[in-house]
Amino acid sequence: MSAPLVRISSVVKRFAGEAALDRVSLDIPRGAFTVLLGPSGSGKTTLLNVIGGFLVPDEGDVSIDGESMSGLPPARRPTTTVFQDYALFPHMPVGANVGFGLRMRGVARAERDAKARDALRLVGLEATFDRKPHQLSGGQRQRVALARALVVEPKVLLLDEPLGALDLKLRRQMQDELKLLQKRVGTTFVHVTHDQEEAMALADTLVVMNKGRIEDMGPAERVYARPATLFTAGFMGEVTVLSGRVAGADRVEWAGGDLPIAAPQTVGTEVKIAVRPEGLVLGVPEDGMVSLGLIRVREVVFQGASKRVLGDIGPDVAPIPAIVRVGAEVPVEEGPRVPLAAKVGALLVYPEAS
Amino acid sequence: MHRLLDGLAGLYALAVYVFIFLPVAVLVLFSFQATLFPVPPFTGPSLKWYAAVLSDQRLISGLVNSLLVGVLSSAVAVVLGFLAAYGIARFTLPASKAMRALIAAPLSVSYLVIGMGLLIVFNAIGLPKSLLAAGIGHVVINMPLCFAILYAQMGAEQANIERAARDLGAREWQVVGLVTAPMLWPALFAAFFLSMTFSWDEFVIAFLLTRFETTLPVEIWSLLRSGLNPKTNAVGSLVFLVSIVLVLLLEMTVLRKRR
Repeated sequence: MSAPLVRISSVVKRFAGEAALDRVSLDIPRGAFTVLLGPSGSGKTTLLNVIGGFLVPDEGDVSIDGESMSGLPPARRPTTTVFQDYALFPHMPVGANVGFGLRMRGVARAERDAKARDALRLVGLEATFDRKPHQLSGGQRQRVALARALVVEPKVLLLDEPLGALDLKLRRQMQDELKLLQKRVGTTFVHVTHDQEEAMALADTLVVMNKGRIEDMGPAERVYARPATLFTAGFMGEVTVLSGRVAGADRVEWAGGDLPIAAPQTVGTEVKIAVRPEGLVLGVPEDGMVSLGLIRVREVVFQGASKRVLGDIGPDVAPIPAIVRVGAEVPVEEGPRVPLAAKVGALLVYPEAS
Repeated sequence: MHRLLDGLAGLYALAVYVFIFLPVAVLVLFSFQATLFPVPPFTGPSLKWYAAVLSDQRLISGLVNSLLVGVLSSAVAVVLGFLAAYGIARFTLPASKAMRALIAAPLSVSYLVIGMGLLIVFNAIGLPKSLLAAGIGHVVINMPLCFAILYAQMGAEQANIERAARDLGAREWQVVGLVTAPMLWPALFAAFFLSMTFSWDEFVIAFLLTRFETTLPVEIWSLLRSGLNPKTNAVGSLVFLVSIVLVLLLEMTVLRKRR
């Protein structure tokens, strides 16, 4: 792998004494789609603003392509930003909006217009060149903002929840377009969102943030299937969480018995065991599975392609809520207790406090 | 019963409008009087008093002076108000709330107090009574107004748009010149025309701060001292006409903003 394009080293940013970024270090690969994902207040937007130069970190450094960015205002960084509310210039036609960055770089009118048209063609909006932003729909404004940021050929394109203001259907559609666009232009995209579905669809590299720290980072498939922390496991999708204790080299015991899984912790340590809905199976264990006892089915939610089964497992005095995904064709009734099994490979072990 | 109430309400509304507009209507009507006194019966219509106004050198120079003072003082008030609003809205300054309150404070001070205060200050620094002094007075009363109008238009959305301009490489003067000011055109126009309207018929400050050359309201005042005649009606009607035009311009710019 080539050298990272953006290198963030031990960045700290405090607001009124509270650390919004708590010694964050991160390498962002060149030419890839990187998504910063986290709940609100996790520091993801703060990190984006630090990269873009809108915020000055209290400690640490950001370098892009080997050059330190410290002391450089946004205008002099090789980055451009797509803002959540688009921030188009309301008094300028679309063409002038897109050409603005080139105008600031002293590009002559004719060349500027030609490049602006090319950028608009890239997002499928060439026909809007002479229109004013208020004549466009939300999705179209979004694309104009993209064209305006890309036309100056930044090394890094920063996207601050760019799809947040769109309705769900349009958001999914724009998401696909954004991914295609990134592949076509090859620019490094850094995208902030709190929507994990959007994040998984877009990310080559997924960075999960929480409370000003990076919880996990890697390919989306890996972060979903084998999250590094319990927080990430819970944030990336639904999980059933069991409390247990390491009982041996490859044995963890919980209220319902022993599980044949290896834990790095020493024997006797309290741990959490997490498993995704698709890692659980209604029925007696087959090869590669382990029994979790009985589940009392509380609720069955039909979701089209699958059913989401909510129930309780473990001892009656301290029931543990469990979520199972089964095929839409599997008959499940609410009420009775049925056997529940887990795929051994899908069981994840985390230290008690993570 | 309903009809009766509707009828009464209509009469009441009519009475209110008559109360408001009758003086103006009478003023305008008797400016067309053909005889010497602006009292009934109406003897016109005649344009002789308008001819008298337009051939009165003092009134015409007063009108020109008023326009000059109005345009220049309003322009200065808008520029100063814009810069103050931009500074306070966009930069973290010490005691910015107090500064905001202090800038807006003259709005609540009477013109008489402002005029006397300026008179004392100008005396002390040796600035003679003049159109310049009156113009400065009008900047003092209109700048807070311009500041308030423009400050209200510099919200978070505008700030983000300016951020986008900076992000795309604009320097500070380019941000102000190419984005902030053009984006606020309607508010800038509104502030300018409102200042013009206030400056145009302002009397107290102009009376206190001018001597030989003076503005139209002060000229009209000295005309009135020699008694009523249809000439005062005619010049009053002209003042009213200009005010109407200014208000219409103001309405148009504000309406354009609401598009």
